[in-house]
Formats: sequence, C-alpha cells, structure tokens
Amino acid sequence: MIRLAGVTARYRDRAALRDVELHVAAGERVAVIGPNGAGKSTLLRVVAGLLRPVAGSVELGGVPIERLSRQAVARRLAVVPQLPTLPFATSVEEVVALGRLPHEHPVRGMRPGDRAAVAAAIDRVGVGHLLGRDARELSLGERQLVLLAMAVAQAAPVLILDEPTVHLDLRHQVEVMELVGDLNARDGTTIVAVLHDVGLAAHFFPRLVLLDRGRIVADGPPAEVLSPGRIREVFGVDPGFVRLSGAEHGPATAVAEGAP
Amino acid sequence: MSSGNVVIAARAGHAGRLSVARRPVALGLVGLALLAVALVAGIAAGTVAIAPADTLGILGRRLLGLDISPTWAAAAETIVIDLRLPRVLTAMIVGGGLAVAGAAFQGLLRNPLADPYVLGTASGAAFGAAIAVLIPVRALIVEFGLLHGLAFVGALGAVLVVYKLSRVGAASPMTSMLLTGYAVSSLLAAGLAMAMYLSGAGLRQIFAYLLGGFEASSWGRLAVAAPLIVVASLGIALRARSLNGMLLGEEAAAHLGVDVRRERAVLLALASLATAAAVAVSGLIGFVGLVAPHVVRLVVGPNARLVLPLAALLGASLMVGADLAARLLGDIPVGVITAVIGAPFFLVLLRRARTGYEL
Repeated sequence: MIRLAGVTARYRDRAALRDVELHVAAGERVAVIGPNGAGKSTLLRVVAGLLRPVAGSVELGGVPIERLSRQAVARRLAVVPQLPTLPFATSVEEVVALGRLPHEHPVRGMRPGDRAAVAAAIDRVGVGHLLGRDARELSLGERQLVLLAMAVAQAAPVLILDEPTVHLDLRHQVEVMELVGDLNARDGTTIVAVLHDVGLAAHFFPRLVLLDRGRIVADGPPAEVLSPGRIREVFGVDPGFVRLSGAEHGPATAVAEGAP
Repeated sequence: MSSGNVVIAARAGHAGRLSVARRPVALGLVGLALLAVALVAGIAAGTVAIAPADTLGILGRRLLGLDISPTWAAAAETIVIDLRLPRVLTAMIVGGGLAVAGAAFQGLLRNPLADPYVLGTASGAAFGAAIAVLIPVRALIVEFGLLHGLAFVGALGAVLVVYKLSRVGAASPMTSMLLTGYAVSSLLAAGLAMAMYLSGAGLRQIFAYLLGGFEASSWGRLAVAAPLIVVASLGIALRARSLNGMLLGEEAAAHLGVDVRRERAVLLALASLATAAAVAVSGLIGFVGLVAPHVVRLVVGPNARLVLPLAALLGASLMVGADLAARLLGDIPVGVITAVIGAPFFLVLLRRARTGYEL
C-alpha cells in the first residue's frame, strides 16, 4: 500500500530522513514513534506527498506518488491534521463535509453520495450529538473526533494521523485509539499514526516503527522494538518510564521486562 | 457543505442559523430579487424622478427591443440610458466584484478582517491615481482616462510587489503576506501624501478619487472594467473547492487534494484583478467587500460554493443602494455611506455571532 525505498528528505540543508525503507501493507496498523526531532512528522509529510524526497522513491498503491495529482493522493490517503484553527464559524457537519472535497463535483459540489458518506462518517465516529455546533467551541477531544470524522468521510483506504492524542486527556486518548483500532479492524483501513506516547503506541498497535535522527532503528512488534536497551539509547531515559506510561495493560510492560 | 441536507436535517433545534440556510436556491432567488429592486430603484430615483413603470418601459424598449410605445419624455430616456444605467450597472459590478474578492481574500488569508484592499491594492491605486494627476500630459488620453489606468496599474503593481516580497523563505506565507502588505501600503501612503503635497490644484481631483464614487461612470469605462471584474469573479467562484479546503489551513488543504501553491497564486491573481478593476473605475469604497461575505456566512455558513455567489448578489445590491442614498443625499461620497451603514452593521453582526471572530 505504502512503500518507501531509500528515502532521504531534507529541510533546507538539514537531513530530516536518511535512507528510510518502509513498507506498509494494506490493512496494517502501524505506529511511528521516536524522540522529538527524529523525523516522525517528516515521514508523514513524505508519505502524503507534501515533501518530495531528495533521494529514493515513494509509492502509493504501487504508483509513484509524484505521478499522482493532489486530488488522486487525497482519494488514496486521508490525513487527520493536527488541531487547526478555523477563521470562520463552521459547524461540525461542515467540517466533516470537507472530507468530501477530493470526491465532490468541481462545479456542483456535493452529490447525494457525498452527503451519505458524511452522514455515515458522523455516525461511525459517533459525533452526531455535536451536530450544529460551531467546531471552534468544542473541547479539544471533541474537535479531534470531528477531524477524525472528516478523514473517515474522505473514504480513503489509508488513514494517517499526526499525534492524534496530543492535548487529550486519558479518556479521550483511549477513545480515539479504540476508534482508530476499530476502523482498522472492521473497515480494513490501513493506519499509520505518529504517536508521542510510547506506551499508548505499544498498547494499541501491533507494529511499531522507531525513528531516531532520521533513520528507522527498529521496526516490528512492540516487544521487539521497545527493548530496554533501545529505550535507553534512543529516548535517553530509564526503561522503567515506558512501563509506567504503558500502564498495567500488557504489551509495553512485557516489553520492558524482555531482555535485549 | 452546508447543503448537506441529510446531515443538516439530522441536527435538531439548532438556532444558530436561519432555516433558509437549507435552501440555497431560494436564497439565490431572494438575492436576485433584491438586485432587481436595487436596479430599478437606482435608475428611477434621483434629482429627476422617473416612475418605476416608465423605467421598466425604457429598459424593456431599449435593452430588450420590446415594442413599447413611450409614455415618457425623451429626456427621461436619455437620463435612464446614458446616465443612470451605466452608473447603476457600474455600482452593481463593482459591488459584486469587491464582495467576491473580499470573500476570496478572507478565505485565502484565513483572516476574517481581510478586505479586498488588504494586500496594497487600495494604496497602490491611490498612488497611481495621484501620479496621473501630477503628470501634465493627462489631457492626451481619452475615455478610460490616465487616472483610472494608472490606478489599475498601481493596484495590481502593489499586489505583485507584496507577493514577490513575501515569498522569500517564509514559514507561514500568508502571515508574511499580510505583514508585507501592511509595509508596502505604508510606503505607498507616504508616496501618496507626497504626491498630494505636490499636486497643487490637482489636490481636489486626487481627493475625489480617494473618496470613491460613481459620478464619473460611463458606458466606455464600464465596457473596460466589467469584463475584467466578471471574468475574475467567475474564475474565483469556480475555485470554491480550493477556498473550502483552505478553511483548515494550507497543509490540511493539501491533504484534502488542493494544489495549494497553484490555487493560492491563481486566487490571489484573480481577486487582485477584480479589485484593481473595481477601484480603477470607482475609487476607494470600503466595507462592501468586508461586510457582504460575512453577512452571507452568518446565514449559510462558510461554504465558498454558497458564499461567493450570494456575496456577489448582496454586494451588488448594497453598492447600488449606497450609491442611490449618496445621490439622494445630495451627491455625498458613496464611501461615506458604505462606512456609515457598514461599520455599525458589522459591529452588530459581530456581537450577535455567538463566538465572535478569532484572529
């Protein structure tokens, strides 16, 4: 579904990604983790075609991304943006409807099929109780769900999330993660999420990609990727902290106890 | 967007917007009716009043070629066709164009306080007009006029300079563009002040241009400006999708399939072209381009597909009404009317909007 081969990307003269090899198959659920400045967001920008690598190739569904128009990319890949500000009063359903932009008729706008997709996305994400409200008045957690509904309305086979749980309290973090997991399990949507919270990533994702200084240093199930030695090396902290943030439910704890 | 009837039907008891928001076609018809009333009233009223029936008769006979036997004086026909019709049509086109350009600038810059003049078009046009007054050979150029020509060039030139200057390595091009617009405008204002200081007897002419108005409207000027404004406005309306994408910012717009760099450049060019042509024929008339899009948004929401055409209708009607009021009040500058009506109206709207606007 997504294939990066030998990708090196730069901002100005600073290399942000070096020689990245990544293959995400259809229906996978992958979390990208790593310390600040490791290149996580850059990786997403490259996958979404917003940043062109200086070397290497990016393919979406077998097609080189530079051969796809912006609209074609948007039909294959939906991105949940980091909480944006809105310049005008915009109702929740209007925000969700933005997800249909890549599909709607260029002149006539939304057609009945688009409206049905918007209604379905609102239902799927469970934001029906927010309809009619100005999206700017919502809490951060509610806004994140609305943006997720927008991306679901986009009906792309791949869903990309950039720090979807940042700013959220624990309940909303879990709510968003469970929803993302459900989209993956029930609808078969391929998920690639950048996550700050290693424990959350380990708990909700079967595959982690660990980035450090622009390189992928580990790629695999949480138990493999999050070895204590690697946590100490990459994040520079005592591995015990990961056990703490992973809480008592499962994989992260097991990981921290497994010796490298 | 808000025409998503399925979705909107599902929301219960939402009092924030009028129920008519669900019927954009009905709103469009209301807008057209408003415009038609403004057109007839704008032509009928004035120092020499002409009965609305006669106005319609003259328009039908001369424009549609209907076989109507005149019940009016020949002078009335001259007044309608040669004086008032070009004036009202100019006001209409300028008002509609400014409203569309205003909506485009607000959407592109993601700033509700943006108006069509925000990137230097107003100061560029004013400076150009002032230069035209200072140039002694102005009598040589007829019809469209050196003043209007240079105002047009000044307006476009100012935006071009702002665009070029703000492109240099800015992290947030739109913020950088707003600030560059402010700086360039300040510089041009200094140039305008100097030109006014040097203008001597031409000062009154510059001043009259700055105040804006439609007294100088003619079929000739309309024929030059109208195609530019109409084509640019239609071009913007066809890019409603891109403006909608920009609601969430440029990065999100790109994720939603908008070719941001290209669309931004094209929309800026079209909005600047419409504004430049508008200020060239009418001078600087504020508030219509700022208020009309907001009023429409309060009724139908931010969907550019609805905002652009409805704002055009409202802007056109408002401008014709303002020009009519200006004439009836003894030819005071129309910019004074739009400010006196527009500013308080805008404040009331801001207060009634539940959250107010963020910057």
